[in-house]
Amino acid sequence: MMYGFAWDTSTPLAYAISILPILGIGLIVTLEATVCGFAIAMGVGLVFALLRRAKSRLITWPVGLIVEFLRDTPLLIQLFFLFYVLPQFGIVLPAFLTGALALGLQYSAYTSEVYRAGLEAIGRGQWEAATALNLTRAQTYRDVVIPQAIPRIVPALGNYLVSMLKDTPVLSVITVVDMLNLANLIGDRTFEYLVPLSLVGLIFLILTLGCSALIHVIERVLPKRGIALR
Amino acid sequence: MNPIIRFSNVTKRFGALTVLRDFDFEVKQGEKVTLIGPSGSGKSTVLRILMTLEPFQEGTLTLAGMPYHEPDGHGPFKAREKHLRQIRSHVGMVFQSFNLFPHMTVLRNVIEAPVRVLGLSRNEAECRAVDLLNMVGLADKKDHYPSQLSGGQQQRVAIARALAMRPRVLLFDEPTSALDPQLVGEVLGVIRSLAHEHDLTMLLVTHEMRFAREVSDRVCFFDKGQIVEQGEPERIFSSPEQPRTREFLASVLG
Ligand SMILES: Nc1ncnc2c1ncn2[C@@H]1O[C@H](COP(=O)(O)OP(=O)(O)OP(=O)(O)O)[C@@H](O)[C@H]1O
Ligand SMILES: [Mg+2]
Repeated sequence: MMYGFAWDTSTPLAYAISILPILGIGLIVTLEATVCGFAIAMGVGLVFALLRRAKSRLITWPVGLIVEFLRDTPLLIQLFFLFYVLPQFGIVLPAFLTGALALGLQYSAYTSEVYRAGLEAIGRGQWEAATALNLTRAQTYRDVVIPQAIPRIVPALGNYLVSMLKDTPVLSVITVVDMLNLANLIGDRTFEYLVPLSLVGLIFLILTLGCSALIHVIERVLPKRGIALR
Repeated sequence: MNPIIRFSNVTKRFGALTVLRDFDFEVKQGEKVTLIGPSGSGKSTVLRILMTLEPFQEGTLTLAGMPYHEPDGHGPFKAREKHLRQIRSHVGMVFQSFNLFPHMTVLRNVIEAPVRVLGLSRNEAECRAVDLLNMVGLADKKDHYPSQLSGGQQQRVAIARALAMRPRVLLFDEPTSALDPQLVGEVLGVIRSLAHEHDLTMLLVTHEMRFAREVSDRVCFFDKGQIVEQGEPERIFSSPEQPRTREFLASVLG
């Protein structure tokens, strides 16, 4: 019995069906963590990418260092760091928020590279033409650079979204009650791990396939006429 | 009449390389001036400085009496963006590689800046754009994307786009150098028709010597960041005085 749902271990199928509602609660947490984490990754990554384009090395170097650090250290270490070390400095965040933040920060290193490549693909000639037409920097970003960058960055961002979704079970190590955590808890009680774990794997498979399909649809409908995508 | 463009003692460096040294150069309003000279002599740099795409280190440059750097305490060679935008509003540029916005239709390319920068209504901007596209012979392509056009057509759109901002000074940096030979003529034709515009000041860098001779009021031979010789095209081409000019003309005219 968990969250008011009882399990039925008589047959594997009955077992699977009976624990589905429980895993569903974890699924919501998994999805929430992915959405929050990815929102953070997209926002912070953009800030990193723009800062790394700054003129002053006083900005680009430290930011570059932070991005390297986030990218080249394991997610698990970053997670433990945020969860166990930050409270020593008086910063106590709920486990879920800590998890989403860790995911978001690590992936912001990846997304910042995606943005950077996307922005760099817009050649100097485009900027110069915009300057010659007296467009402001903001107008140039909005009307010239970003519309050309988006179709280039969406596929790569989509890959990272799927990848982040698959990383969310890591959050169970800091007590976030996601699908994997619930499957383990169920197994601990019933001494039957095969069905819950397989079920979680299957749900992930469906999620990632659905996610990829969605990204393909988005790529299809994005306005990209005239833009040479390699 | 005061010149519309006046370089005095302008020095431009790229790091240790001095491209222009104490450069003096004036252009009168409505004048059509061609810069010729060997590769690397600094012709593009002159245009790019005028378009505010490159800063310069010493001297003064004025456009219609307006200095490129502000006279007040902003440091002699740092101009504020607001000030540069005011200068840019009088200058347009046509690039060797066209630089159209690939994700916009031809029409959108031409109306983008008039709508955003000049604040024209979409309707008005479109009317003017269609007129300009007619002038360059491409009104029927207004809904095409640049990638669907030939190089010559793209360059004609780029000229229409620059004209849509009503510049007083129009700069051309080797506008036909990236084109297949059979497409050069159509672009030169458009530039030739602009050369009849009395008020438009044109500064043209080109390797098309016959064309330069035909459309310019003045030809300047450029070498090592300096104007070695300048004058009416007939004189420069038929009886150059400086040995370097003679050498250069002999090499390009074959
Ligand atoms: N951004 C830059 N950084 C460093 N050096 C530059 C830069 N732009 C131009 N130069 C150098 O300045 C000199 C003048 O260049 P510029 O492009 O004005 O020559 P040009 O007369 O237009 O030649 P071309 O006929 O080849 O176009 C060249 O030696 C060039 O290498
Ligand atoms: Mg050049």
